[in-house]
Formats: sequence, structure tokens, C-alpha cells
Amino acid sequence: MRVFKSACIAAISVLSFAATGGAHAQGMLLDSGKLLLTQGISTIEGSSGGGLASWATISGYETGDGVGANAHETYVDVNNYSLQDFGASVGLFNRVELSYTRQEFDTGATGAKLGLGRNFTFDQDVYGAKVRLVGDLVYDQDTLLPQIAAGVQYKVNDKDAIIHAVGGKSAQGTDYYVSATKLFLAQSLVVDATLRLTKANQTGLLGFGGDKNNSYSPEFEGSLGYLLTKHLVVGGEYRTKPDNLGFAKENDWWDLFAAYAIDKHLSVTAAYTNLGDIATFKNQNGFLVSLQAGF
Amino acid sequence: MKKLFRAHRIAATCAVLALATSVYAQDATPMDTPAKASAAEAANAGATPIAGDGVYKAFHEQAGIQRVMDDFIVRVTTDPRIMARFQGANLPRLKILLVQQVCYLTGGPCVYGGRDMKDAHAGMNLEAKDFNALAEDLQLSMDKEKVSFAAQNRLVAKLAPMQHVIVTH
Repeated sequence: MRVFKSACIAAISVLSFAATGGAHAQGMLLDSGKLLLTQGISTIEGSSGGGLASWATISGYETGDGVGANAHETYVDVNNYSLQDFGASVGLFNRVELSYTRQEFDTGATGAKLGLGRNFTFDQDVYGAKVRLVGDLVYDQDTLLPQIAAGVQYKVNDKDAIIHAVGGKSAQGTDYYVSATKLFLAQSLVVDATLRLTKANQTGLLGFGGDKNNSYSPEFEGSLGYLLTKHLVVGGEYRTKPDNLGFAKENDWWDLFAAYAIDKHLSVTAAYTNLGDIATFKNQNGFLVSLQAGF
Repeated sequence: MKKLFRAHRIAATCAVLALATSVYAQDATPMDTPAKASAAEAANAGATPIAGDGVYKAFHEQAGIQRVMDDFIVRVTTDPRIMARFQGANLPRLKILLVQQVCYLTGGPCVYGGRDMKDAHAGMNLEAKDFNALAEDLQLSMDKEKVSFAAQNRLVAKLAPMQHVIVTH
């Protein structure tokens, strides 16, 4: 599996270099026309955005005339757990984004303490689609109107029995969200606010709905980034979450990140993340690293 | 005559970004009053100037803007993505207008003598990727002049919305 992931990133890298070469020919579909860092990065759920929060951006460096794509691999390590995440997304004409991400939530030694067994792993597939409704992140500098997009994420967790055992109601769920992202270029600031309707416990890694609450709740995701250079943006994110399960309290998430775009094909993100309590284990904080390749 | 018109059209092709061009001297007609001049000038330059002189100073004033544009013209006319757009263009004239426009927009004491952005780019069928390639070249020229990134962004924020009238394809 690991070999497949590396191969996937390598393949996208090769594709992206081929695309740049080809972009010199007029009218190429793969046109790499957007400005650096204006596509966001891949979130842990595969949609473009910050690391934890989805944005209104459309994946890839294409403009309205072309197609872009990205592959990403993300690793989150906190006190008692780790999350490995890899996937790919395509952006079509700076209008539609389709994404797929595989998440592997490894309970490590904590698995044994929870009675699940050492290295018990929840696997989840996330299928995403997002449509840009109005606005343009880069060009609309003469108006306050942000770029606004609506998205959906269909999530399928493979540990149905355990999810039910801890009070979850389903191993599958669908999140709906609306994002507004604004680049205040004169201030070198990027701001995002996202409203998400979700039943997901720990974004679905512990299933959907629960004994405490089984209805959709509106949750907020906010990001603030400062563009230090063309290549480097630093900032923070905050994400509220439902609290559906009786056996363990769920907290909001936040992070402080730095994203560095080496060029239009490769970017690296590092973050300090605080994920609060997860499945009775307190104060899960640690780091996130993400590598993204695309065009 | 037709040939002359065509030559003018090709010359107009040189201004891909907001930084536009005119080969018609009469565009620089003096205005009646300062107030009227200022409003008309902002309309032609595509945006109102940045308040204060901080950004103008960050560009190292007129001499710095001149160096940025000296470098920029070389870049765009050798950039394989967009060099074809500048074939046959009146480059010395273009450079003068770009210096005027950037000097004016950054809050410097300059008058922009060119046509408005829509007219200057009419019929060129410019695409978003042309506009963005040119913006990237401009960033490199500003980097070379060591204009701070924040000051660069102040100018680019003025130029970016011009995409809506410049890109027609």
C-alpha cells in the first residue's frame, strides 16, 4: 500500500512536469495558470483548503480553461493516535472539484487500552465534490465578495461493528458545507469561514451519529493565513465538531500551520495540531505534515 | 491605411496585464481641471492610486519603477508563454506607459497618458493564463528590485481586478 502511495505521488509529479512543458503550447488543457498558493492545500478530508478546514478553492493550478490535479499524503501524529491520509483531487475549469481520500486512523498502543487490540485501525474513504458558486479568490480585489463554494463529502468507515459498540449509529455519513474564502491581497491575508452540516464523530473516524445525538449539527471552520512571501503562508485554523457519543467527549480542533510551495508542483505543510480529547484520551496534540504534488 | 491600422493593432497587443498601452498620442490630451483630470486618469489607469507614498517609496520611486519595467519588458518578450503577444509591439512606448501607470497607481507624482484597460486590450482575445503569466513575470521583476512582498501585493491588488476587462477569451 505504501508503495502504491509513493507511486501515485510520483506519477502525478511526472504528469505535472509534462503539463508545464506542454503549457507553452497555446490552448493546452493543462494550463497551470493560477498564481502560486491560490489553490490552497489538501485537507485531511481531501478537499482543497487549509489542513483541517475546507475552503472555497478549487484544487489545481488550472484557470477557467483547463484541468488541474493533485495527489497528497498527510500524516498526523498526536499523543495516543496517528492518522495517515492519502488521496487525489481534480479541478475542472476552476469550477468543480472532485476528490478521493483514504484515511487510516491508527490507535497504536492505545488500541490495546481501549480493548480493541494494539494497532487497531479505522479506515475511512472520503469522496468529495465541490462547486464554486460565485467570486474569484485572486481577481476580486475591488469588492468584498469572497469566493463561495458548496461541497459534499460522502464518507464510508470500515469498522461498522465497533462504531455501533461505542454508541455510533452508522458507519457512513454525508457532510454538506458552504465555504467563503477571501484573499485580501493588499493586506497579504487569506480568510476562510465554512459552515458544515454533519453527523460525523471525529470527522467520521468514529462513525456518524450517536447515543447522545443523532441529528445533523451546524459546525464552523475558520482559517486565517498571512502570506509572508510568494512561497510561504503561515496561519491558524479552528474547527468545531459535534459531540454525539456518550462514552467520550469530543472537542474542537485547532492548528497553527506553515505551508511552503516549492513551485507549482510541490508543496509541503507542517502544523502544530490540537485535537482535544479523542475516545477518552485527553488533550491529543502533536504535529501534521503534508506533502502535495500536482499541477 | 489598412496596413497602418493593423500595425497599430499589433502594437496594442503588447499590453497583456493591466499595464496598458496606447500608440495614439492624442490619448494624453490635457484635461480642463485638476479634479476632472484625476477622475478621468483613474478611469484610464484602471484603478485609483494607493493612498500615501509608502508603496511608491517601497518601489524606490520613479527610478526603481523604471528598473522594474526595464527588466519586465525583457522578461515578457522572452517568456515562451506570452512572447508571441508582443510581436511587433512598440516596446519603448509600452515601457513609458507602464512606468507612468505603476508610478501613478503606487501613489507617485505621475500622469498616465494611455488609453483605458478595456480599449487597450480590445480584440486581443487574452486568456486568464496570459494574464497570470504576465503577473508572475512582474513579480519576478519586483523581486529583482527588492520591492517588499507586502508592497508588491498592494500593487497587484490594484491590478488583479483589471483581469475582468482585459481577459476576454
